[in-house]
Amino acid sequence: MTEPTPVNLITGFLGSGKTSLLQRLLSDPALADTAVLINEFGEVGLDHHLLERIDDTMVLLQSGCLCCTIRGELSAAIKDLHSKRERGIVPAFRRLVVESTGLADPFPILSTVQADPVLKHHFRLGNVITTVDAVNGEAQLARRAESVKQIAVADRLVLTKTDLAEAGAVDALVAHIRRLNPAAPLWRAAEGSLEAEALLSHDLFALAGKSDQARRWFAAEVDAQPTHHHDHEGNRHDANRHGNSIHAFSLTFDGALDWTMFGIWLSMLLHRHGPAVLRVKGILNVAGSATPVAVHGVQHLVHPPIHMAAWPDGDRRSRLVFIVDGLGRELIERSLMAFLRFTAPVKTAAVA
Amino acid sequence: MCALCGVLAGSEHWTDAVARPGVFTRNTDAWQRRQERTNRVACASRVLGFYGLTLSDWQGTSFVLSTATGKTELVDNLSHLWSSAEKLLGRPCDPLDPALIARLETDAPGGTR
Repeated sequence: MTEPTPVNLITGFLGSGKTSLLQRLLSDPALADTAVLINEFGEVGLDHHLLERIDDTMVLLQSGCLCCTIRGELSAAIKDLHSKRERGIVPAFRRLVVESTGLADPFPILSTVQADPVLKHHFRLGNVITTVDAVNGEAQLARRAESVKQIAVADRLVLTKTDLAEAGAVDALVAHIRRLNPAAPLWRAAEGSLEAEALLSHDLFALAGKSDQARRWFAAEVDAQPTHHHDHEGNRHDANRHGNSIHAFSLTFDGALDWTMFGIWLSMLLHRHGPAVLRVKGILNVAGSATPVAVHGVQHLVHPPIHMAAWPDGDRRSRLVFIVDGLGRELIERSLMAFLRFTAPVKTAAVA
Repeated sequence: MCALCGVLAGSEHWTDAVARPGVFTRNTDAWQRRQERTNRVACASRVLGFYGLTLSDWQGTSFVLSTATGKTELVDNLSHLWSSAEKLLGRPCDPLDPALIARLETDAPGGTR
């Protein structure tokens, strides 16, 4: 079976620099064999004209917002690309980048790639890259729920227009972003080079291979200590729906866990609270497995678990990072431990 | 079934991921599959017991979920399990329900009961 083609999603609020980022990334020779799908919002495809690299592998989706109307169209567009590639009509691209509209909820796009009965055999999800406008980001976070969600689901964050914003405002925005998503590596697009490989290619699936560097990278993400705000726990009902109720935390526990019971717990949690679990990501020490298992989920959607080739470092504890909307850390931890205690004694170590 | 839209389509649940390089799954060979199904029934039953539900394997392909009074649903995988359980019960199955957690804590090996 041939390797599934990774699909990267570039998301970010309107005007946050998605297309400029795409333009920069595509000029990198490492990404020469990348196909691009962009979505047109509005009547004039302005974004389209800003792109330099327009070739036969680009398909324009003309009918508005990806999040609600183009689930089927996105699926059809990717299938069409796949079909053309197999027939040799377009170059044999090895990566697909989808640029969403600024108003899109990223979840249906991810779901389309992973759940479509045809696509799931030929494509896999890669990193979600979210651009955040340093000038307007704070205002968008305050007003637009989509903007909060786009940051929470990101695997990679790119802060744009930092050269136009005041340093203090940028720091405050970064602090806000870190509360929503403490783990994703963050780049400042205006202040240096962007590593296309690191943004697009270093993903969960790739690190199942032999790259020690990639494994260490992932471990660093999972180990990033979320800023813990106890006030969120106490004042959840006062939090407004545009983000104050979203927070991140990590759980760390000793000992090998039972994979079957973990699956039952996580599937039950996501069934009941899926929309509120914006991200779950972690490395697990699974009983019976010498090397760790990486899990990664966005709302109802959980990626196929990755069996890593080796532990990234000497730490053999299981680590899970959650980004949740309105759910309490204590209850989630207590629930997971209660489930797992049925199968093996697991000792927790409080983190964050 | 798609969790998002309810469309019946081939849905590979992550706990039954197709075996391929780099993917952690116990869906590898007949023996592993049966073993995992047995474990799954045992583990799920401990949780479902709180709701008065029982789960059993059906022909190695599906699971049978039943209430004490004999109402029964066939379920394919773990994502269907919880929606079917809620349908049979007429109320949500919430892993964060303090009453469920308390019961699991007291019933667990080395628990307070």
